[in-house]
Amino acid sequence: MTLTAETSRPSATAAAGRARRVRLLPRVAPYLQAAPLTVTLLLFLLVPILTIVAVSFWDYDSVRIYPDFVLTNYTELLTSPVTWKTYLNTLKYAALTWAITLGIGFTVAYFLAFHVRSTTWQMVLFLVCTIPFWTSNIIRMISWIPFLGRNGLLNSGLISAGIIDQPLEFLLFSDFSVVLAFVHLYALFMVVPIFNSMMRIDRALIEAARDGGASAAQTLWNVILPLTKPGIAIGSIFVVTLVMGDFITVRLMSGGQSASIGLMIANEISLLQYPAAAANAVVLLAVVLIMVVAMLRVVDIRKEL
Amino acid sequence: MNTSRRGLSFYLLGAFFALFVLFLYGPTATILILSFQGPEGGLTFPMNGVSLHWFRNLFEQQAVGDFGGSFRRSIALGLMVMVLTVLFSVLAGFAFRRRFRGSGALFYLAVASLIVPSILVSLGIGLFFNILGLEPSWYSSALGAHLTWTLPFGLLIVFAIFNRFNPAYEEAARDLGATPWQTVRHVVLPILLPSLIGVGLFGFTLSYDEFARTLMTAGSFNTLPLEIYGMTTNVTTPVLYALGSLTTVFSFTVIGLFFLGLIALRRRRLRRSGH
Repeated sequence: MTLTAETSRPSATAAAGRARRVRLLPRVAPYLQAAPLTVTLLLFLLVPILTIVAVSFWDYDSVRIYPDFVLTNYTELLTSPVTWKTYLNTLKYAALTWAITLGIGFTVAYFLAFHVRSTTWQMVLFLVCTIPFWTSNIIRMISWIPFLGRNGLLNSGLISAGIIDQPLEFLLFSDFSVVLAFVHLYALFMVVPIFNSMMRIDRALIEAARDGGASAAQTLWNVILPLTKPGIAIGSIFVVTLVMGDFITVRLMSGGQSASIGLMIANEISLLQYPAAAANAVVLLAVVLIMVVAMLRVVDIRKEL
Repeated sequence: MNTSRRGLSFYLLGAFFALFVLFLYGPTATILILSFQGPEGGLTFPMNGVSLHWFRNLFEQQAVGDFGGSFRRSIALGLMVMVLTVLFSVLAGFAFRRRFRGSGALFYLAVASLIVPSILVSLGIGLFFNILGLEPSWYSSALGAHLTWTLPFGLLIVFAIFNRFNPAYEEAARDLGATPWQTVRHVVLPILLPSLIGVGLFGFTLSYDEFARTLMTAGSFNTLPLEIYGMTTNVTTPVLYALGSLTTVFSFTVIGLFFLGLIALRRRRLRRSGH
């Protein structure tokens, strides 16, 4: 910085002005640099959420919504047994998807991190896992239909193999297909952070465990698993929040036969019952935040960030 | 690990991994095949002949809504999101290298953006525009909605890059008399470039495929995912698969171009450093 000021010296005043600018710039620069991100997030995240909170107290009739301060949206939501049943159903989806993606994610990451020896192969196989993430979710859901349908690949395969003689009805448009699609879509959100955590584990620790006489299973349980917890936590937060807020997967894969909170909100939106949708959204946000905070209580992820 | 030989666990895990990959790609491969269904064929196997009928069908206007228009809009939106994501997250990345007031709050806001369910963002922006009396459209409200999803990813990637970044390069540039701008332009940005292309790829593909955040923010013209979603409820022919195959191939092409770009970049650098 000082060098800039010394080398260019056209006139004393210009130099002084530049020196002031040079001194001032480092102090304001971070604010200018952070401004676009801040403005975008304020305008398109914080303000919209505050709008939802405000509108959740508004009143509405069949034609329009109008400013008011009523609690009916909340009382109607929270006293309806449908809400509670829907929450229970959504939590069931979240729990099942979480458990299955955790099992798959941990196993896949463990294989990549500790059993694939060459770095090139590690990267290639990791990319093979990540590429589907960059394609359309809706298409990935639709692509299960010819596979699971009544006359789908799986049913006709099982029938021709003589295992069943009636097509299995539960495969498509059921809780089974919803959870299957969730696992298909979101397993990657587990694989990536867990793989990342595992790659950071000092290999000397594993050598030490082996030298100390630990079996492979003991090393996995007592060394690798504890050190992978932050990755598991990040993956869990992603999977749980994505499933809790989902509506499209449940609508497409259950064929409209199951409900989730997100779907309930989407239906209220399509009926133009915005204040009801807003109250529902506020409660959903609170539930999701409580779940995230609970997960962060269990595992400290700060050193991962 | 097992330095000498591969144990049984390697083969078991390897088989599990292979099944996982099959699980990831199998269904997509199925619809790729089924999109070449003959004109009389249905939504499932068996194949009733092989034809390009459904791809032709796709480009007939009345058959499937406004496929061309929504495709163009999605690409344009994806490109805008890409440019803004790279720009904003790199700038913010530079800001976070120094201490500034509100940095903690901004970081938490960015992380919150990943956690808040998409439908809330969609509903909130929709309501916000509604109350202000603004018409939502794909290039304003939907653009903002997509940025709330891509920017946190971009920011986290940029953080990861700067964590590994060796400040000695910058100090060396400064010692040699480079101005701050010259240091950024000729030293920092070239080092960051490959990762920035990665951030751009993230931004483009996340936006190109985004559905939930677009739902209430796209206004009167659909983006491609909205168009596809509309088709799922009222199209019962393999034209749906044809569209699915086409966008998947497009996604793969974008990803492929990205990796070709990275390889070309590395080759050029190697050649230069060879001189």
